[in-house]
Amino acid sequence: MALTETPMQAEKAKTIFEKSKAGRRAAALPEVEVPEKPLAELIPESLLRAEAPRLPEIAEPEIVRHYNRLSRRNFDLDTGFYPLGSCTMKHNPRLNERVAALPGHARLHPAQDPRRAQGALELMWLLQESLSEICGLPHVSLQPSAGSHGELAGLLLTRAYHADRGEERTKVLAPDTSHGTNPASVTMAGYEVVKVATNERGGVEMDDLRAKLAENEGEVACLMLTNPNTLGVFDENIAEIASLIHEAGGTLYYDGANLNAVMGHSRPGDMGFDIVHVNLHKSFSQPHGGGGPGAGPIAVSDRIEPYLPKPQVVRREGSNGHGPSFDLDFERPKSIGRLRGFQGNFGVFVRSYAYILSLGGDGLSEASETAVLNANYLKARLAEGRAGERLPIAFDRHCMHEFVLSGKPMKRDLGLATLDLAKRLLDFGFHPPTVYFPLLVDEALMVEPTETEAKESLDAFAAAVEKILAEAETDPDLAKNAPYTTPVRRLDEVRATRQPVVRLQLD
Amino acid sequence: MTRYTSATPDDRQEMLDAIGVGSVDALFEQIPEPLRLGRPLALPDGLSEAEVYERLSALAERNADAEEQVCFVGAGMYDHYVPAIVDAITSRSEFLTPYTPYQPEISQGGLQVMFEFQTAMSELTGLPVSNAGLYEGPSSVASAGYLAMAATKRKRFVISRGVHPHSRETLRTYSVGYGAEVVEVGLEGGLTDAAALAEAVDGETAAVLLQSPNFLGAVEDVEALGAAAKEHGSLLIVACDPMTLGILKPPGECGADIALGEGQPLGNRLDFGGPSFGFFCATEAQIRRMPGRIAGETEDVDGRRGFVLALQTREQHIRREKATNNICTAQALNALGAMVHLAWLGRQGFRGLGELLIQRTAYARERLAAIDGVELLHEAPVAREFAVRLAAPVGKVLDRVAERGIAAGYPLGREYPEFDDGLLVAITERRTRAQIDELVEALGAAVAAERGAFLSDSERKSAVAEGAARWR
Repeated sequence: MALTETPMQAEKAKTIFEKSKAGRRAAALPEVEVPEKPLAELIPESLLRAEAPRLPEIAEPEIVRHYNRLSRRNFDLDTGFYPLGSCTMKHNPRLNERVAALPGHARLHPAQDPRRAQGALELMWLLQESLSEICGLPHVSLQPSAGSHGELAGLLLTRAYHADRGEERTKVLAPDTSHGTNPASVTMAGYEVVKVATNERGGVEMDDLRAKLAENEGEVACLMLTNPNTLGVFDENIAEIASLIHEAGGTLYYDGANLNAVMGHSRPGDMGFDIVHVNLHKSFSQPHGGGGPGAGPIAVSDRIEPYLPKPQVVRREGSNGHGPSFDLDFERPKSIGRLRGFQGNFGVFVRSYAYILSLGGDGLSEASETAVLNANYLKARLAEGRAGERLPIAFDRHCMHEFVLSGKPMKRDLGLATLDLAKRLLDFGFHPPTVYFPLLVDEALMVEPTETEAKESLDAFAAAVEKILAEAETDPDLAKNAPYTTPVRRLDEVRATRQPVVRLQLD
Repeated sequence: MTRYTSATPDDRQEMLDAIGVGSVDALFEQIPEPLRLGRPLALPDGLSEAEVYERLSALAERNADAEEQVCFVGAGMYDHYVPAIVDAITSRSEFLTPYTPYQPEISQGGLQVMFEFQTAMSELTGLPVSNAGLYEGPSSVASAGYLAMAATKRKRFVISRGVHPHSRETLRTYSVGYGAEVVEVGLEGGLTDAAALAEAVDGETAAVLLQSPNFLGAVEDVEALGAAAKEHGSLLIVACDPMTLGILKPPGECGADIALGEGQPLGNRLDFGGPSFGFFCATEAQIRRMPGRIAGETEDVDGRRGFVLALQTREQHIRREKATNNICTAQALNALGAMVHLAWLGRQGFRGLGELLIQRTAYARERLAAIDGVELLHEAPVAREFAVRLAAPVGKVLDRVAERGIAAGYPLGREYPEFDDGLLVAITERRTRAQIDELVEALGAAVAAERGAFLSDSERKSAVAEGAARWR
């Protein structure tokens, strides 16, 4: 491929600090207005800073231009297909941004007296109720800030539950297909991870589960599971798994990253889960923001409820002709306590509640249905032609909202690693699927199209994969050296870890 | 109902044909029948966009926000002016709708923003290493504790009672999990009790945790207090308010190993408590133990400058149970807001804003303290927030002031029973002199009215006399 540098590639990346020039400024501050005193009279000199931090000095038009130009060096969901597995990159309705920005939400202080924040507390309560219905569990705490925070919460709840019963358990089971956050949360919660194997259908290997429970009798605090799991398949043995864990005295934790597959079709609570986290930035359309913000509310069963974080949003019945009121309940003696400041990522709650209101119960159910239809259709398209040969499905059965392909034959026959395919997809204007996860599958590609993609996008993606595989038959280097058209080409990630440069050095 | 999907009946049929099933139900048959819901969700029907807007708008109307009430409440989150360019830039699709930059070639915008943000936070805190942000303030404190345990192989924290109560509670919550002990050191005259701190720190102490300005607004002598940590080889962790770092000596120059805090004052709205972000900076020695994403500079195959996620071997998606932290999705967009705000303020503006806060705070503090029935809770130096005691029930005084459209401050009673007469008052650049004067007037009237309400005339006279002795 002829290497002609694109205009964006020709533009050397320059940070805003390198565009700074002493004396320029954007902000005009208000006057001080009050009689001024020498600073040293107010704060001892030894506690004062000698020199102002070297922030950039730059005028507003240039700040705007800098960040607008930078933004064009990003690929985003609004621009193109983003089938990143386990991340549920669904459309982010702009209505949600509009309602979140209403001053009554955006400029509400978190310490406002609950009597003067009734709308906010009611909204939180309504979201709790909605998530409770969707998850099939009676109690919800909105506090956790993201999925991994919800996991930590769930494990601390598990610990509190066992401790309250006079038990100290030390181990948490998780399948070898689990998200990396699961084992990381287990360690942070002071438990030890015990891996459970996967069977030939992609579900939990029941014999291994029984063996692990027997080996660790009386020690198992919890089993963490995603269902459908990271292979995109529903574990048909879930009822039996639940009863095995409950017989062993453990709790069953549901990683809600894949909830988008089953909304209105099957509920974690009905499957036997005790604790569920929900990623509002996945199933409930909060924009991903380049890596957050999100929110990770948890739904729990009655036996876990006493330990929920505080404060809890509660609804109190009105009396003397007054309607119900909403409050923050701090009187929760068995609570695990706080997981963060104030009440949680309220702005995310507003967006997700607006999303639930927009779709309604049947709309959510239809969203899951379409997500599953889109995934199975794309899977079928990728089972044809070259993709079907070089990128076989890891577990050949109907999938739910996502599926996993293996690039092993592609690597063997064409010398193309999954990474090469991913990088070449960039030239075709697609975000690649999640790669090299789950670890269980060689050269894995995990594809999640979501319900908001049109059939045309799925067809175009399948065609691009086909084309890349075709061109690799004659010229494998094309993919191995890709991408060509992106703002920068393949980057040296090893160097960034071996000799990390994590800030600009200023003189 | 608003759907956000494209599939027409024809599309569906074509897709089902390609899959080779008769209906979508066939795809759901992998869910065992007893576990299928078999009924619609008990949620209301979907609404049109206009209807959703009206519904949410009606809820928002029932909150007294800072547009409606003049807000002197702080306690970790502040009603600063967020410049318009922050909204304009953070709402761009290219920043709003991608996810974590796992594919750096198409994520240079976001990665460079992280790198710039890290540079800015490193400048503010005076420490060489910054991550790209954590969830928010208090959970960052708990994450710092986790780092300190790994760094020192010790399991004991000594934390000042001046640290935000939510941070102390969160550290306790996490500590139950990772099996650490939390020892609290009290306050003396609004500041951390130095003698008690020195006594509490020992050879088993993983970290000493301070906050400056502390929750009561007082500027701590971090360097002096931190000596106890240095002596015993404990890490010194300092929570700080980023808006004060143009003026106050940065934690990095006071011996801090980690400086962190709630980032909301920088470019983020109040949002009833979130989303905002936590910042987290450290010494070089801790770089491989840091939680969260870190962007690093590198080059592409043609030698172009570029940015990637650096040190990913610390993270959960690579290291799983051996990761330095479990965090995955954090607060990238909020950190972008902070970076734009900081660029907008610029070097001079940032310092100027810090000075403005100190001057207006000093003015407000002096004026409030002069009110009959109001006295300073402490006399330590303050930067942007201060605490007073009221000679009348705080809740009732706040209600009276609220009737005049003012949120006078944060009542200290719930978290500091020893200061159940305490009120924390915060200043931002939005709080004008006129508003401060109005607060003085309203608070004075409210305190007087509340004292009058439960005192007879003669009692009031003696109370005033007693107050004069006590308050002056």
